[in-house]
Amino acid sequence: MRYLLGLATGLAVLWLLLSGHYAPLTMALGALSCVFVVWLCRRLGIVSHESVPLHLLPRLPGYTLWLGLQIVRSNVDVATRLLRGRAAISPRTVIIDTRTHDPLGQAILANSITLTPGTVTVGLEDNEAIVHALTEDGAADIEAGTMARRVARLEHGES
Amino acid sequence: MFIAGLIGVAMTMLLVLVRVLAGPTVYDRILAINLFGTKTVLLIALLGFFAGRPEFLDLALTYALINFIGTIAVLKFMQYGDLGWDSDARDDADV
Amino acid sequence: MLGLIADIVSWLLIVTGALACVISGYGMLRMPDLYSRIHAASVADTGGMLLILIGLMFQAGLGLTTAKLVLIVVFLLITSPTATHALARAARQDGVRPASEKRARR
Repeated sequence: MRYLLGLATGLAVLWLLLSGHYAPLTMALGALSCVFVVWLCRRLGIVSHESVPLHLLPRLPGYTLWLGLQIVRSNVDVATRLLRGRAAISPRTVIIDTRTHDPLGQAILANSITLTPGTVTVGLEDNEAIVHALTEDGAADIEAGTMARRVARLEHGES
Repeated sequence: MFIAGLIGVAMTMLLVLVRVLAGPTVYDRILAINLFGTKTVLLIALLGFFAGRPEFLDLALTYALINFIGTIAVLKFMQYGDLGWDSDARDDADV
Repeated sequence: MLGLIADIVSWLLIVTGALACVISGYGMLRMPDLYSRIHAASVADTGGMLLILIGLMFQAGLGLTTAKLVLIVVFLLITSPTATHALARAARQDGVRPASEKRARR
């Protein structure tokens, strides 16, 4: 029930932002389509803590901020290396422990790794992620597991 | 000032198109096409502001979603030769 | 006065973003193998995209337009790594190996 309400609220906010028309008729149509989509999702059986991760919400801003800083830092690094050409890169493939067994946490970790330029998740198999890094330093950073710890904290709170 | 952004994005699109033509693997081409798509989103957004019609953002938003689905569809087709869901596929089909 | 500052900030962001895009396009041509090209592409996908769209937000001011820009940013931040990961995974399963690995094996 909590997830259904969360999904409905999310859809309603999305609709209000995208529409921009607040006449009674359009509002009613919007509410109708929200209810319809929620009903469809319930029928599909995809409303769960994975599709509506409400438990992440309180810690999400902090994580997003940290990830944003990482993205800015590695963007500058990779951009300068692209300009310097082949001599500046030392591609590595490493296998890291995801530190979380939950598919949602693994997906967040894999997406975060891919989102930061210079590292990309090539594969994900039982608690192990295959990561391709553009540089030795980037590979070492990923192997140190800072990002995996951050994702674990995002999922399970302070630990 | 939007002109500078437009020129930069258009130049990138040209560079990326060269990579589409050069290949060498089909994945290079898909990667380049995907990047071309995200550049198109930026181009539409910039063009909207340049023309003083920010409503273009709706088009950009739609294009971003279509681009993602298109890339995934092409990849899935490449890998499985089929867009449908094969329930007894040996591999977990979660592309 | 405030409008002028916003204009200057937005101008800087858009030009830097366009520059990031061009660098990434240049990297796409110059990098030796598929996997390093993926890194080049992600510079434009995250850095260039964020800079240009945040620059546009400074132009739009607070309102529905900015909300839509934020939505585009959120969608792209979620979809682009997913597409990239699917691509890298498909390439690996198809037997495309990084240049560094090939050299190590020989």
